[in-house]
Amino acid sequence: MDILTIDNYSVSYDGQRSAVDGVSLSVSRGEIVSIVGESGSGKSTLLHGMLGLLPKGAATRGRLALFGREISEMPAGERRALCGSRVSMIFQDTGRYMNPIARIGAQYDEFLRIHGMRDGAARRDLQREMLLKLHLTDPERVLRAYPFELSGGMRQRVGIAMAMSLKPELLLADEPTSALDVTVQAQVIRQMLELRESTGTAIVLVTHNIGVAAYLSDRIGVMQRGRLVELGDSQELIEHPKHPYTRGLLEAVVEIDDERLIANHG
Amino acid sequence: MDDALLELRGLSKTFDMGKGERLRAVRDVSLAVRRGESLGIVGESGCGKSTIARMVAQLTEVTGGQILFDGRDVTNLPRGRRRELWRRVQMVFQDPYSVFSPRMTVGDFLTEGLVHFGIASRAKARERLPELLARVELPPELAERLPHQLSGGQQQRVVIARALSIQPDLLILDEATSALDVSVQRQILKLLMRLKAELGLTMLFIGHDLAVVRSVTDRIAVMYAGSLVEQLPSDRLVETAAHPYTRRLLDSVFSTGDRGRKQIAIEDLSLIEKGRQLAGCPYQPRCAIATGICSGTCPSLTAVGENHSIACFARQGEELQ
Ligand SMILES: Nc1ncnc2c1ncn2[C@@H]1O[C@H](COP(=O)(O)OP(=O)(O)OP(=O)(O)O)[C@@H](O)[C@H]1O
Ligand SMILES: Nc1ncnc2c1ncn2[C@@H]1O[C@H](COP(=O)(O)OP(=O)(O)OP(=O)(O)O)[C@@H](O)[C@H]1O
Ligand SMILES: [Mg+2]
Ligand SMILES: [Mg+2]
Repeated sequence: MDILTIDNYSVSYDGQRSAVDGVSLSVSRGEIVSIVGESGSGKSTLLHGMLGLLPKGAATRGRLALFGREISEMPAGERRALCGSRVSMIFQDTGRYMNPIARIGAQYDEFLRIHGMRDGAARRDLQREMLLKLHLTDPERVLRAYPFELSGGMRQRVGIAMAMSLKPELLLADEPTSALDVTVQAQVIRQMLELRESTGTAIVLVTHNIGVAAYLSDRIGVMQRGRLVELGDSQELIEHPKHPYTRGLLEAVVEIDDERLIANHG
Repeated sequence: MDDALLELRGLSKTFDMGKGERLRAVRDVSLAVRRGESLGIVGESGCGKSTIARMVAQLTEVTGGQILFDGRDVTNLPRGRRRELWRRVQMVFQDPYSVFSPRMTVGDFLTEGLVHFGIASRAKARERLPELLARVELPPELAERLPHQLSGGQQQRVVIARALSIQPDLLILDEATSALDVSVQRQILKLLMRLKAELGLTMLFIGHDLAVVRSVTDRIAVMYAGSLVEQLPSDRLVETAAHPYTRRLLDSVFSTGDRGRKQIAIEDLSLIEKGRQLAGCPYQPRCAIATGICSGTCPSLTAVGENHSIACFARQGEELQ
């Protein structure tokens, strides 16, 4: 059975323009699908829709079902229970979703507690284990810190650790490695692959890093102006892009051995 | 350096963590950025890049060393003199959302700098809105929106547009294009390069994407655990990078050309934290070519070629032979 089924799904924030426009996509157990594409093309909106996190005024059309259940028909309580335990999300700007005046440890602990971990000692152990897995190598310091006391990449890894804690069946990741240096990024990607291996987690990953998408995913989808303009096997899509937008995107990637954009300094 | 616009001399930052613990986030960093030059800073997450930027922009206190801007000491400027500096130094933050006021429209946010520094009246500034937005590939109607109604990449571009609006001499970009898709990113990078060529804009470009940093900078400074470990010309990055950490960074890049066939080596990154505690080279616990001397003494930055210096005993030895 598909974990996620999206059928001709559209979202409009203002009732006029569509931020997401007729997208269809299904994701099966253990599958990794990356979504790349234009800034403002509706990638984050699509992920927020999957968790029922769109703002009140937003109008949706079409079908979006998680584990066979239509998300718009789920009672709010049931949807909240689902989020975190069976589905979890890594947000594009983790900092914005953290409480600025509470320590990381307290926020993390609360997150685990509301998702049913009763045993305080087990919660503490899990926090340390996850932070270490994400190479936050001084977990005590991180747990004691307030969000502003961590670097951008450290905050982002706290968000990833939390989202992966409960071994969700579906992990939604919005730009999860954009603030990480390449060596740490490589290790985080390994952890995601391991989670898939060990628990069959399916992952929907939004990224601007096409190299990462190619490495990590089974399929890649390309979005432009709210539409999913191309979707295919990741090797195939990169080697033989069909849509002109995909081709343009692949050409725009700056590679390490490209000609530079700068004129040499005299 | 005579024509340096920005110079850091032995700059350090130690955070007091309470209970007598201290964190040395930036250690004795010396570097200079010439007028009209673009300098890149790369390095591991948490190595102190944003802290350096924040010290230059007077947003966090310097605990050691000096910052010179245009030949004048601007270390820990008193509150009343910061405005003068901000007229000439603008910073684009890593986390764009944090700089917006949630109830201020994009248009008001964008024109605030022009009005605040007396460059234009409110009315004149508003007339320039479409142009300011178009520069960063955004449509004029975004001016009426609130910040939370923008996508991540749109927010990032609005912040860039505002920093550019007052024509600063020095622009500090902290991961400023990481939320942009590659084609928009390319347009923004080209815009920056044009401003550099036409107006002599000086840039400090902090980033994780080595390919991007290389393509828009003249020189690159590589940091590790708070210290500067290598400085070299960007156009020779791939060929001449010598420090084992810089080589490691280059090996970790995911390229589209790999088509997903890259191998990721397992690394124990706890060695980063361990390296911070050592008296010797901070990279030593992770280093494949470390020798006896590396664990006892910390190497200092030494020239090994034109515009090229490294802090590595093993490599310095080889290059100088
Ligand atoms: N709350 C909102 N109200 C009105 N419009 C919105 C709102 N949130 C997003 N939008 C608009 O919807 C479109 C899609 O935004 P979305 O955040 O989904 O893009 P994205 O693909 O994630 O872009 P990025 O790569 O820049 O993060 C954009 O044009 C954005 O301006
Ligand atoms: N206000 C603060 N209080 C205590 N520690 C801090 C504070 N700000 C930063 N730090 C610490 O200083 C170190 C350097 O942080 P900084 O933000 O400069 O890193 P960075 O190189 O920008 O990393 P990233 O690439 O992840 O953004 C980190 O260990 C961080 O936790
Ligand atoms: Mg987004
Ligand atoms: Mg930073």
